[in-house]
Parts: sequence; C-alpha cells; structure tokens
Amino acid sequence: MHAFAFVRPADTAAAVASAAQANTAQQGADVRFVAGGTTLLDLMKLNVETPARVIDINRLPLNQIEVTPDGGLKIGATVRNTDLAHHPTVQRDYAVLSQALLAGASAQLRNMATTAGNLLQRTRCVYFRDTAMPCNKRDPGTGCPAITGTNRTLAVLGTSAHCIATHPSDMCVAMVALEATIHVQGPQGTRAIPVGDFHLLPGSTPHRETVLEPGDLITHVTLPPPVVGSRQVYLKLRDRASYEFALASAAVVLTVAGGHVTRVRVALGGVGTKPWRSPEAEAALVGQPTNQAHFRTAAEAALRDAQPQSENAFKIELATRCLTHALQLATA
Amino acid sequence: MRDDPQSGQSNLTCQALLRTTGGSAAAAVMAGDSTSREGAAPAAIADGANIAGAVPITLRVNGTDRPLRVDPRTTLLDCLRETLALTGTKKGCDHGQCGACTVHVNGRRVNSCLTLAVMHAGDEITTIEGLGTPDALHPMQAAFLACDGYQCGYCTSGQIMSAVALLTEHCGPDDTAVKELMSGNICRCGAYANIVAAIQHVRKHP
Repeated sequence: MHAFAFVRPADTAAAVASAAQANTAQQGADVRFVAGGTTLLDLMKLNVETPARVIDINRLPLNQIEVTPDGGLKIGATVRNTDLAHHPTVQRDYAVLSQALLAGASAQLRNMATTAGNLLQRTRCVYFRDTAMPCNKRDPGTGCPAITGTNRTLAVLGTSAHCIATHPSDMCVAMVALEATIHVQGPQGTRAIPVGDFHLLPGSTPHRETVLEPGDLITHVTLPPPVVGSRQVYLKLRDRASYEFALASAAVVLTVAGGHVTRVRVALGGVGTKPWRSPEAEAALVGQPTNQAHFRTAAEAALRDAQPQSENAFKIELATRCLTHALQLATA
Repeated sequence: MRDDPQSGQSNLTCQALLRTTGGSAAAAVMAGDSTSREGAAPAAIADGANIAGAVPITLRVNGTDRPLRVDPRTTLLDCLRETLALTGTKKGCDHGQCGACTVHVNGRRVNSCLTLAVMHAGDEITTIEGLGTPDALHPMQAAFLACDGYQCGYCTSGQIMSAVALLTEHCGPDDTAVKELMSGNICRCGAYANIVAAIQHVRKHP
C-alpha cells in the first residue's frame, strides 16, 4: 500500500476543503474520503487506489436517518448498511431497499459499509483489480482484456467497446427503483442529483464512473415519500446462496388496482455497467394485467438491447427469468 | 486446558470430540493463554516512533487503553497482531472475503483487515483474547469445543467473534438464518455443521 496522509476533518466544510484540490474524484484520485473502508482499503492494498491523502468522514454528523417534511426519508452518508436495512421505516415503507442491503456482502461488511460508500462501490472485474493487466477503467487507453477474456460475471447492458465491467451494488439497484436523490456538498455549494443521473455509462471514458468532481462529498440520500400500497421485491440470483455478487438481480416497486399494474419501477443489477433502470419493462407493464405472460414480455423488453460476451450470454435469460419471477413475487 | 469441556454443558445435544491432549485448534478456541492475553509485545515493535509518518493513537482493546504510534497504513488487524501481539485474530485473505480477522468494534463485528487502526481511536475493540479465559470460557467458546466446531482452527477465532455478535443481531430461530448470518466466515475444513450446532446450542441455552 502506498503511503498517505490521514486526515480527520472537524466538520463537513473542512472535509470538502481538504479534498477540493484533488486531481479528480474518479479513478486515479489523489484524495479519497474513507467511511467503511470496505472498498477503498481493499483496492488500496491492490494498488488500484493510490491516494496521497485519506480523509476520514466517520466522525462527521452524517449518520442519521430522518423522515423529511414531505414524508420521505433522509439517509446520512455514513449510515451503515446494517442500520439502514433494519430501520423500521425502511422495512415498512422501502422494503426493497432493506431486502437489497441484506442480500449484499456479509454481516461484518454490512456493519462497516455505508450508504455513500455503497453508491461508490467499484466493479469486481478481475482485470480492474489486477494492476498487472490492462484495463481502460483503471488505466485509460490500455484496452479491455475482458472483452476477449474472462467475462462470465460481466455486464450485458450499457457496455461499450472500451469496458464491460458490471456495477456490483445491490443497494444502488433498490435506490434506482425507489428514485432516490443523492445530495452532494462541494466547493461550489450543495446540489442534488437523481440517482439515475449519478452513475455514468462507460462509453469511451470508463474511468469516469459518477458525476462527482474534486471535493464533492456525498452528505446524504433522500427517498421520496413511500408509494402507498406498493409491493416491493428485491430478487438476487448468484453462484452460491449467500455472500456473493449478483449474476442477475431485480428490484421491483409495483402498485396494482383491479388486477392491473397502475405504477411500476423496475431496476436490474448484476447485468449492467451501472444500476440499471428499465423504462422499457415499466412501459410494457403499466396498464397490463398481472399475469406471467405479461411479466415475461416486460422482462424480455428489459433485456432487448443486451449485448452478450463470450461467456455471459446466459445472463440474458437469467435476468429475464429473474425479473419475471420478481414481478410474480410482488403480485403473489 | 480443561479435561472436561462439557462440564456445566449437560444440555449439549452434539457430541464432544475434543482431544484432551490438546492441539492447535483447541488452543485457538481457548483463545487467550496468559501471554497473548497480556498482549506483551517487544518495545521496539510497539513503539513505532521510528517509522516515518507514524501517528500517535490510543486504542482501547479488551478494556485496556494502549497508547501507540502507527503508520497510517496499518490495518486494525495488523495493529492487533503485529504491534499489540494479540495473535488470536487471524489474517486469512486480507480482503474482507474470509472473516478470519473478525473482531468487535463498539460491540459490532467487523473485518479488521478492511479498516485502519487510526480510524479507531476511542472505539471499544474486543478480540478473541478479550472474550474468555481458559478457566472461564465464554459460552460460545465452550460450545465450539463441545460441538467440535473446527478442524485446523485457523478460522475459529473469527467464527467465534461472529457467532457471539450474532447473539445480539436480528436472526431468525432456524439453522438457515444462522447460516445466512455466518456466511461471512469461511471454513476451509468445512466444519460448518458443527459451527451451526454450537451457535444454536448457545442460543437455546443462554
């Protein structure tokens, strides 16, 4: 691990100021905030992350969960995954988020990992994690050996000729289905970013994963008021029963009246280069009866643009069945 | 080491197979011989004053304040093992994938390999050495002995630290729920069935 200066700022403004001179907030950043450390320390040991300054935000007052005046929920940046998953309001009104969090990682990691950190979780692509290998995401311009190499777990949606790395988060998939908003404090002040706009497609710049700029600190995430009467399901399929990343997952927030879908939000995990909202599936579902045939049609619509690689074509059918079954569970 | 690990454990449903002659696995379960419990470390190791960039911190480990100087890169795991000589906590993968390094921070279990020592000034850290003593085992340690919840013993301290934390977590009553919450602790020997039995024994006979 490279040497770094460890900084513990007195307040949020000091944290932002300490990071404001960073060269980037993306891959190659010379300044990093640390909260749980579960991604950052892992990648620093691999020399994938080599910050010269690490800013500890754990003592900042960013660990609260509060109901907002509009009836939504405000989740602090350093709220641990365990605490968010078991919060009574989350379990009652945002069940898909609780389910997604508890489907991720291990109990120890959930005790460490935070809301903001999970938004910035990095891909598990083996080439990204191995500094002996080329990788456009880690080292721009060096190429993507995954496209002709080991790609069984990699993405089929949102890929480019430069990168096919899967976004690994479960939490983010639920956040997308819940239409969360990410709140950032930066050198120019505060701003709010819809979660759907927060993560970037790889395109020709896969080292740019989010819209964050130097000094930007995620302070909290807000959820809109709960959708009255909605049924929520997070279904995760993986190589083993627990403690594994998704091969495919689906988050569904669905409202039914008179046997027909009146409102639905669909997001997929394990198959996209970012947490994957599917307006195609949503459009195919709204107004339709809640039966398997329509669910299957909607799921196929979600995967219509999928681009398989040499080892991961199975994910297209797997994700289709995953979403179909999640919709069945939500309407059972 | 006690000759009869089942004393006071008459309700155990699983068979105790402890080798009374002892062994590394049993020693790991017993966790704290007097040397490691004291955490005596050579002064030259504990005092990192000569390390460039070392910073002063005080870690509170097993109820004792330990003033230290550490390189900011030092993980909590390496600090416990190399600086404080508390070698009951094991290094397995060093990437948060195996659970061998599990300790408690403020009563919650964490992977000590994925957090920095300098992040834990003021926190209450508990390692396997702080759980019980050879003469007064924590009930979970006694249950692991009685149920033979290990073979080589390398993962055992992490398994026990996770198991003790699980007792205070949201966990359903059945074995499936226990397995789910213990999935962050890998046992290469495959002692899982006996580990689950040990945990369930403690849950049913608190």
